[in-house]
Amino acid sequence: MTALLDVSDVTLRFGGVTALDGVSFTTDTGELLAVIGPNGAGKTSVFNCISGVYVPQAGTITLEGASLLGSRRRSADLGVARTFQNLGLFPTLTVTENLLLGRHRHMRAGFLAGAAWFGRSRDEERRHRESISELLQLLRLDEYRDAHVAMLPYGIQKRVELGRALAMEPRLLLLDEPVAGMNAGETEAMASYIGAVRTARPDLAVVLVEHDMPFVMGLADRVVALDFGTPIATGTPAEIQRDERVIAAYLGTAA
Amino acid sequence: MTDFLQFVFAGSALGARYALVALGFVVIYRATGVINFAQGGLVALGAYIAYHFTDRIGAPFVIAVLAAVAACAIVGVLIQRVVLARMVGQPAFAVIMITIGLLFVIEQLIPTLWGYNSHNLGDPWGIKTVDLAGLTLAERDLWTLAIAAMALGGFFAFFRLSRYGLAMRAVAIDQEAALAQGISVGAVVAVSWAISGMVAALAGVTLSTGATAVSPTISFIALAAFPAMILGGLDSPGGAVIGGLLIGITQTLTAGYQPEHAAWLGDNFHVVMPYVVMIVILMVRPYGLFGVPEVDRA
Repeated sequence: MTALLDVSDVTLRFGGVTALDGVSFTTDTGELLAVIGPNGAGKTSVFNCISGVYVPQAGTITLEGASLLGSRRRSADLGVARTFQNLGLFPTLTVTENLLLGRHRHMRAGFLAGAAWFGRSRDEERRHRESISELLQLLRLDEYRDAHVAMLPYGIQKRVELGRALAMEPRLLLLDEPVAGMNAGETEAMASYIGAVRTARPDLAVVLVEHDMPFVMGLADRVVALDFGTPIATGTPAEIQRDERVIAAYLGTAA
Repeated sequence: MTDFLQFVFAGSALGARYALVALGFVVIYRATGVINFAQGGLVALGAYIAYHFTDRIGAPFVIAVLAAVAACAIVGVLIQRVVLARMVGQPAFAVIMITIGLLFVIEQLIPTLWGYNSHNLGDPWGIKTVDLAGLTLAERDLWTLAIAAMALGGFFAFFRLSRYGLAMRAVAIDQEAALAQGISVGAVVAVSWAISGMVAALAGVTLSTGATAVSPTISFIALAAFPAMILGGLDSPGGAVIGGLLIGITQTLTAGYQPEHAAWLGDNFHVVMPYVVMIVILMVRPYGLFGVPEVDRA
C-alpha cells in the first residue's frame, strides 16, 4: 500500500541558498510524523512546499497520488490543512467565524443562494454550525465562541487555529510549531488536545514541526530529523534520541 | 430652524450618493489594496446607461436603473479580469496609474457615445417636491435615500451574514491565511469589482436625477466622495457610509449658510468643503474615523 503523503527527493533553493536538499519521507493515514531539526534546518520550508506556498526546483509531493506542488488552493481542496508558526488567524473575526472559514471549501450552495441566505444555503449553514459546535466542544472552546480572536490569550488562539484547520476536515494536518512560545502547562494541554483530536479522527495524518523535544517525543509515531536541509535520520522517537548524528546536530560536534 | 432641517435633509441625500461612491472605493481597496481611481468613470457610465435605456430605448425607469446596475457590474468585472488580473503582484503604483488611465478612457468614451451635451435622465421625480411637517423635500432626495438605504442594507447583510461576505472579510485581513482555507482570492476580487460597479451605477443614477441632469461632469462630482472614503477609513465600509453622510451634510450646510455669514470666502466655497473636512480629520486621526492602523507583523 502506498502512503497517504509522499514527499520524494524535494530540493528547494532560494538564489544560492539550498533550503532543502533531497528530502524524502512518507506519512500514512492515522500517523503522526514529526519533523525536527535545529533553527534553519528547513522545517518550515518543508511545510511551505507541502501546502503549495513554495514550488521546489526538484522532487515530487503527492497526496494519494495527486500532486500538491504549487497551488495553495488546490492543496486545501485536496484535504491539506495547516496552522502557521506565527498564527494565521483572522484576528478581527470571532472564533465561530474563523472556524466557519475553515468550512468554506465544504460549502456548496451557489453564490446567489448564499447571498440571499435562504433555502439550501440556510440548511447548509445550519449543518456547518453544528459541526463547528462539535469542534468547539472537542477543543473546549465553547465559552469563547463569540469572542474576537484578537482578545484571546495566545494559548487559546493556538487552539482556535487548530480548530479552524480541523473544520476543513482535512486528510492531512500540518502543525507548524504548535507549542512555540508556550509554558510547560500550556504545552501539556496542547499535547492532550492533539491526542483527543487523533482519537476523534483516527484516519487523520498529522505532520508536525516542533522544537520542544519532550513534546515531540511524547506525541510522534515517527520522527524525521533535518540538518541544513538534509534528512539525517528517520525512525521512532526512541531511535532518534539515540542517533549520533541527531545528537551532534543539536549539540554541535568537536570539529 | 426650517432652513436648517431642510439643509440637513438635502445634505443626507447628497451624502447617501457619496456613500455609494465611497463604498465602491472601499470594497475594492479591501480586496486588492488598490484605490480604484476609475470609480468616478463607472459612476458616470452608470448614469449614461440608465439614460440610454430611458431615452433611446424607451424602457421604464426601473428597468433602466437595473440595466445600469447590471452593466456596471459587468464592466467592473471585465476591467478586473482583462486588465488588472495581469497586474497581481506588481507594484501598487503601477496598478493605480492604470486605474487613472482607465478613468480618462471612460471619460472620453462617454461623449464619443452620447455627445457632450447634458441630457435629462428621464426619472419620474424631476423637480417635484413633497411637503412634510412644514418642510419642503425634493422627491428625488427622498428616493435617493430610499435607494441608498436598500442598497447599503443589502450590502451589509451580504457582507456580515453570507459565506462570501465572510470570505471577503477574511481576504482583506490576511490573503495567505485565506488561501490556506481554500478560499479563491480571485473570486473574491471579482465579486468586489461587481459590487463596486453596482453601487457606482446607483450613485450615478441618483446623482443625475432631476435638475442636475446627465452630463460628463458626473465623474468629477463623484470625486467629492474621495474625502468621504478617506475620512471614514479606507478599509471600513461602515466608515464610508458615515463619511459620505458627514461630507454631504457639511457641504450642503456650507452652501446654505456661507454666502450669508462668511461671504468673504467667495462663491462656491462649499465645493472645497469636503476636502477641508478631510484635512482636519486626518490631522487628528491619520487612519480615518474607522480605519485600522497598519500593523507590521514580522
